[in-house]
Order: sequence, then C-alpha cells, then structure tokens
Amino acid sequence: MSGLFSPRAWNKIWLYKDTFLLGFLNTIKTAFVALLIALALGIIFGLMATSGKKILKAISRMYVEVIQNTPVLLQMCFLYYALAFAGHSPGIIVTGFLALGIYTGAYMAEVIRTGIESVPKGQFEAAQAQGFGYAAQMFYIIIPQSIKVILPPMTNVVVNMIKNTSCLYIVGGADLLSLTYSFVTGENTGGSYAPAYIVCGAIFFLICFPLSSFASMWETSLKKRDSKVFQNGRPKEA
Amino acid sequence: MGTLGNSFSMLKNPAILKFIMQGVLFTMIISVAAVLFSIVIGTGLALLRNYCTNKKTGILKVLSVIYIELFRNTPLLFWIFICVVFCPVPGFANKQMFGLSSVNNKLLFKATVALILYTSGVIAEIVRGGLNSVASGQVEAGYSQGFSMLQILWYIVLPQTFRSIIPTLLSQVITTIKDSSFLANVAVIELMARTKQVLSSANRYNGLNAINVSDVFVLFGVAAAIYFVINFSISMTVRNMQKAR
Repeated sequence: MSGLFSPRAWNKIWLYKDTFLLGFLNTIKTAFVALLIALALGIIFGLMATSGKKILKAISRMYVEVIQNTPVLLQMCFLYYALAFAGHSPGIIVTGFLALGIYTGAYMAEVIRTGIESVPKGQFEAAQAQGFGYAAQMFYIIIPQSIKVILPPMTNVVVNMIKNTSCLYIVGGADLLSLTYSFVTGENTGGSYAPAYIVCGAIFFLICFPLSSFASMWETSLKKRDSKVFQNGRPKEA
Repeated sequence: MGTLGNSFSMLKNPAILKFIMQGVLFTMIISVAAVLFSIVIGTGLALLRNYCTNKKTGILKVLSVIYIELFRNTPLLFWIFICVVFCPVPGFANKQMFGLSSVNNKLLFKATVALILYTSGVIAEIVRGGLNSVASGQVEAGYSQGFSMLQILWYIVLPQTFRSIIPTLLSQVITTIKDSSFLANVAVIELMARTKQVLSSANRYNGLNAINVSDVFVLFGVAAAIYFVINFSISMTVRNMQKAR
C-alpha cells in the first residue's frame, strides 16, 4: 500500500502541505463563485419556468434539459477549447467558474421551480387579490413558504458541485484532486499514494459530509412535521 | 466560420465515424454494467443499513453506513484515481480484446470498478428510500404467516421496493451515463475521451493543417447530441412511467 504506514511518506505530505492547501482553496473558490453563478441562473430560469408565459417556460425547459442531459465534463471541455481556439483562453479556474456555474444552474432552476410549484395556487391568487406586484408577491409570500422545500435539495446540489470541481482535471486542473494527482505522480514528490489520497479524500469528506447529512436530517424533520399537519392520511403534494 | 465545411467533412470519414460510434457503445455498456452491478451491491448495503439493528449484527450496519457516506461525499474521479493505482486486475481483463490494447483493458476494468463502487453508494440510498416506503404492516403480516426474515425480504419487501424505485433507478442510469465520461480522464475508451482524441488530431483530418473553433463546435456538438438523445429518451420514459401511476 504505497507508504500507508511509512513515516517518510507522511512526512513528505507535511512538507508539501501548501500544495494541498492551495488545492483546497482553489476548490473552495471555484465552488463559491460557481455557486453564485448557479444561484443567479437558477433563480432566473426557475422564475421563468413558473411565470406561466409559454415562451419563457420553453426557454427555461430547453436550458434545463440540454444541460442536465449532457455530462459536465463535456460542457467544460467544450467551453475551454472553444474559447481557447478562438484565441481567448480563459484560464482553468475561470473555466471552472463558468462551466460548473452553468451546469449547476440547471439543477438549481429545477429545485427552485419545484419549490415555487409546491406553494398552493390560492396563495398566488390571494396575493394578487391583495394588490401585490410580482416582486412583492414573490418576496413576501411565495419565497418564505417555498424556502423550506428548496433548501434541502439545494444543499445536495451544492455537495455535488463541490465534488464536481474535480472535473477541472481534464482542462489542466488546479483543484484539490488534480493537485493531489500531480503530487503523487510528480517527479520530485511522487510515490506517497496512500497518504496523499487519504488527505485529499478526508478534506472532501469533511466539507461534503456535514452538508449532506444536514440536508437529509432537515428533509426527514420536514416530512415528520408535514405528516403531523396532514394527519388524515391526506398526502401532501410535493 | 469559413472552416465549418472542413469540420463537417471529418464526420464523413468512416474511420472517425467508427471510432466515435465504438465510443458510444462503450459508454452504454460501461454504464449499464455499472448500474446492474451497483443494484446488487447497493441492495445489499441498503438491507444491512436498514435491518442489521440488533447487537450481534450492528457492526454490519455501521460498516454499510460508513461505505455509503464515504462514497457519497467524495468525488468519482478520486475513486478512479485510487482504483487505477490500487485495484488488482484479474487475468481475463489483462489482454487484448474489444479492439482495445491490454493496457486500455486494464484501465477499463479498474475505472469500471471505481464507477461501480461509487454508484452502489448512491443506489444503496435509493433502495433504502424504497425499503422505507414499504408499509411496516407488510413485514408483520409476513411474520404472522410464518415467513422467515429472508423469505419476507425476498417475497414481500423487495418486490414492492423495486416496483416503487424503478423510475429513480432509471434516472440513475442517466447520471451514470454522464458519470462514465469521467473515464476520459484516465483512458481513451468511451465517447467523451474519443471525441477529445479526435479533436486533438483534427488538423490531420479536416484538410486545413490546423485545429479551428469550428472543429470544437462540430465534434463536441455531435458528442453532446449523442448524449442528449440517449439521456433525454430515458428521462422521457421515466416521466411517462410516473404519469402512468
């Protein structure tokens, strides 16, 4: 097991701890900026999908279907090479922002659409009857009710996005996993496979596990609360 | 975009066409095989996590929880890299076949193992959702009829579980087809890797001695269209199934 118990290999990791720190920071940075892009796209296309206007709905549907049905790796390669061969090489990290943002945006849009659709129709009508404009209606009435439906799956989308930062490897890679890989295969640093992968995996796990268990706990408690509210065996529309 | 015609002319090259279509075939085979194996492993894990609750078997539950959470919270590429280094390869995979060199076959085996390990963690959670949706009265009724625990699982619980999770499992096939593109990071076997390979030597085939933006659009466009057609038809099937219920 390439140096699992060898103090020399572990020592090497400690010596090169900056590599892992840099990878960690790049991963977090990529995930964070991509999350902002994804949220913006998700809100825009999620609202479009629930706007009731046919053409807006169709555009949103198309975006979601095209992005969700093709691999993120392909989108990332496409973006990177298309820009590079057009003479505007965007750099690896920026490619990561854009590709992951656009990919995750499609999932966000679906989550937000489901959340808004979970609010009963009467709420929209009541808001309109009370003279709320579209923005006020969304902000004061619809979003507060749908946020509890939106947040747990949104957390899962974020976890997936953090894992997907590893896709950057194919365009040259500056994220945690790519740097770990170049560390274990590097000429001067190579060899300490097991310790390096344990460190890398532990970092990913420590970021993702709290998020995903938080999401699933929240979901369970929501379901329990709903089943208390709807006691007569009437299923709640999700 | 005066070079678009040259880029499209690559698609008429029978060698390139064959190369890419073989990639499609590999993508499908890898994904379906991964999902099938993962259903077996995932069902086992889900059963352990749900039913090994007493003192004697509690350790099995802990192990399956660790497995599921570990694989769900780390990237697939991480496991592919690990399997490429550590996964042992049996003799049958270590030779020339399917039109691949023995090196590529070894990588294919290792990466598919990684894909199976990763996907089975996800499928375990899907199966568990299905297990939890079976009413507890079903198990009690089984006991009262004199069924043993294994018989209850096999004849009563699992059939109902699988009926309820078939749509989710099909959606997982879509995810796995997309995930199989991660194999492009280690070997040139499936669609994604082959598309990238063709692009990197496009200057030899488009008759212009240079790679242009139009090549990127045409090649990745074709690959994206293929992925889209496959995945979209599966997701339509899923939607029809859910509507029919």
